[in-house]
Amino acid sequence: MEKYRINPDNGLEFGIYTLGDHLPDPATGERISAQQRIQDIIEYAGLAEQAGVEFFSVGESHQEFFATQAHAVVLSAIAQATKKIKIASSSTIISTSDPVRVYENFATLDLISGGRAELVAGRASRIGLFDLLGYNVRNYEELFEEKFDLLRLINENEIVNWSGEFRAPLRNAQVLPRPVNGSLPIWRAVGGTPASAMKAGYAGVPMFMAHLGGAASTFKRTVDAYRDAARAGGHNPDELPVATAGFFYAAEDSQQALKDLYPHINEGMKRTNGGGFPKQLFAQGVDPHNIMNIGSPQQIIEKILHQHEVFGHQRYIAQIDFGGMPMDKLKRNLELIGTEIIPAIKKYTAKK
Amino acid sequence: MKIVGLSGSQIGSKTRIAMTATIKAISEKYPEVETELIDLADYKMEFSDGRNYLDYEGDTGYVTKTLMEADAIVIGTPIFQASIPAALKNIFDLLPVNAFRDKVVSMLVTAGSAKHYMVADTQLKPILAYMKAQMVQTFVFVVEEDFYQKEIINHDVLLRIERLAEDTVVLTEIFTKIREEKEAEYDF
Repeated sequence: MEKYRINPDNGLEFGIYTLGDHLPDPATGERISAQQRIQDIIEYAGLAEQAGVEFFSVGESHQEFFATQAHAVVLSAIAQATKKIKIASSSTIISTSDPVRVYENFATLDLISGGRAELVAGRASRIGLFDLLGYNVRNYEELFEEKFDLLRLINENEIVNWSGEFRAPLRNAQVLPRPVNGSLPIWRAVGGTPASAMKAGYAGVPMFMAHLGGAASTFKRTVDAYRDAARAGGHNPDELPVATAGFFYAAEDSQQALKDLYPHINEGMKRTNGGGFPKQLFAQGVDPHNIMNIGSPQQIIEKILHQHEVFGHQRYIAQIDFGGMPMDKLKRNLELIGTEIIPAIKKYTAKK
Repeated sequence: MKIVGLSGSQIGSKTRIAMTATIKAISEKYPEVETELIDLADYKMEFSDGRNYLDYEGDTGYVTKTLMEADAIVIGTPIFQASIPAALKNIFDLLPVNAFRDKVVSMLVTAGSAKHYMVADTQLKPILAYMKAQMVQTFVFVVEEDFYQKEIINHDVLLRIERLAEDTVVLTEIFTKIREEKEAEYDF
């Protein structure tokens, strides 16, 4: 785990991620400017650090209702505004970028932040960016696999010799600058299905598993498939960290949490995905075995500890700001996270 | 309430004629219902390549978005090679897995032979069920002999179309009401 800058003795890491969505607040119908949204995300990261959150990541989506297309630039501002929180992408769409440029950006980010940068590589759920950036969506899988492999090769070797289908060959190419400690933690984003997790496992790459709703035990199959594939690929699963990422909202009780969060998720998903979130499924989100972490601080603590028992994962990453969530509610969540949730999680998962 | 009729073939006229009659039956009986008929023969559709339906442009984007915004859909299909046409299957492939959640879907089938009567039950309904449609279970089945010179001449077919129109509207009203009551109970 050391290679990925994770010390299991410190217990489950608590992180926050944003997709960088830029949506109206359903309560008012108003949408802040893209400039304000980006400033808010930078401030959010700083406040998260003050609350004791250990990880903050920003996503890359090239479509309407998003503001952090240039996520590495936003992360760079966050690096400057913070001191100790780990910063990462969630995720970088490596398929439609040049891995050399991506690596240069994130190695630079690592230097700016003093060794706090990580990279999560994903394939994109919406694929408009293929047209925008000049790639053929027919090569969706091949582009990702080839470019992700190259990215990892660059991470492991300062001098690279490589040739592939989608990029000019590299001959004794030196990719600079290098990160503070020689390499970056690079994760593979997984959408929750075992098939996708197995690809991360075979390659021996840490898994960043995103999930919507459902029983935690359902996602256990994905985590098991990942570790089995890692073993089959000759890797030691005990050395490979797993992160889970999904919706989070804390309020005084679960009913208030549902009430505060639902319009943001439902309206936000309608705009970004073309379909809302059914109330019936959302109401099940407060169930102790449901993977959505919605409820009172005590309910959330119990959920996260249950998930930790089921997955044995190293990091949980909360998405709170989706769908135009106003800053005052984010601050209230950070307060509950910092004063109640993180201390309890550490108490039960850290080695004393 | 918006009801979209989908005539699911690029060739032939029977399905289009029967679907025009169906949409007419709806708007005559329920003038407050907004209706639209999409005849796939009039649109240049792309094959599904796996992208989100919002990412399609042109005719493909128009058809998928119109279907997704409907409260109820009447699907009209001919039978080709003992199954639904590829053009219609492509529509299903273009939409998300839960596309028909909270929607009522009813069916009208035209066929060259009554021997194809079970095709809707064995091939169309399982797709609609997978995509979470609330189905009007009774569908209208129309054969070659029911038409003469591009018109439906079998009065029984017209009566069945009237009942299909009524069942589609009534079921949509019922499900909408039940859903609204259920959602109000959640209090969030």
